[in-house]
Amino acid sequence: MTALSPAERTSIVRDSLGVGLATGAYGVSFGAVAVATGLSVAQTCALSLVMFTGASQFALVGVLAAGGAPLSGALTALLLGTRNTLYGLRLAPLLRWAGLRRLAAAHVVIDESTAMSVNRTSSAAARVGFLATGWSVFVLWNTATLLGALAGNALGDPRTYGLDAAVGAAFLALLWPRLADRRNQLVAVAAAAVALGVVPVVPAGVPVLAAAGVALLVGALSRRPDPTEIPEEPR
Amino acid sequence: MSDTVAWVTVLGAGIGCYLLKLAGLAVPPRVLDHPAVERVADLIPVALLAALVAVQVLSTGHELVVDARLAGLVVAVGLLLLRAPFLVVVVAAALTAALLRL
Repeated sequence: MTALSPAERTSIVRDSLGVGLATGAYGVSFGAVAVATGLSVAQTCALSLVMFTGASQFALVGVLAAGGAPLSGALTALLLGTRNTLYGLRLAPLLRWAGLRRLAAAHVVIDESTAMSVNRTSSAAARVGFLATGWSVFVLWNTATLLGALAGNALGDPRTYGLDAAVGAAFLALLWPRLADRRNQLVAVAAAAVALGVVPVVPAGVPVLAAAGVALLVGALSRRPDPTEIPEEPR
Repeated sequence: MSDTVAWVTVLGAGIGCYLLKLAGLAVPPRVLDHPAVERVADLIPVALLAALVAVQVLSTGHELVVDARLAGLVVAVGLLLLRAPFLVVVVAAALTAALLRL
């Protein structure tokens, strides 16, 4: 395995902490929304600690808030959580961890930690990006959840601070490096169109999953390898 | 919803979500050796992130909505084209939306 230069490590960790801060802070709004739905502060914190995948958490709380049954809320959360399985599939050969390390790493397989590691050019860099992002988001997301739950409605609408716009911008910034390739651009546009197209007719959380169908279709039909793919490491 | 039902829902769905993450990491590497599987796994983050951007910025519940979030995203695109750092992009998008809502 190629060693990681201190400068490269520092740069990856700095970017990762930036992602952790930006994403983690949004936990305030999750905490506030969850207690407004009727969950206790302890239940709200348990969701962030155990489930730890923002979109699924918002989906579960969203279904409950809309009057949905607890079971359908749980199923929506799980359905949305399946994208983390797909991320894991992508991460496994890159991180190459087994045993306890894999059990611990699995907990922080989320959008951000995946995005901050799959673009790296070596396994060492991917591991640093994954761990620094995953655990900084974990710490900040859970701290922010507790604060949001305690503050409850006292804090007011998180939209006042533009936090909802920050999340969209964060996802775009994570996607950006992959948009250099024409095929990826087309996949991104098609996926966004599919997701928006089904928003009015399917439960919250499903539009994002439906968009994964675009990746399945294009991946199965195209013949060309992805030029932005992670190079194999010399063995 | 009783307190017990709430706890069962929270912990059950939470543990389920963890097992879904673990399943992905535990799949044998040779499954990915198939080129089509590899291409799909590569394109999944692209498709899901694009969908997350779209849904996050242009919808509220079951409705498609154009509001200050889109202005935030436009600012983000401009800054990304200028190669601004991640945090600058995110903070600028939030500030844009917040200022438009004043």
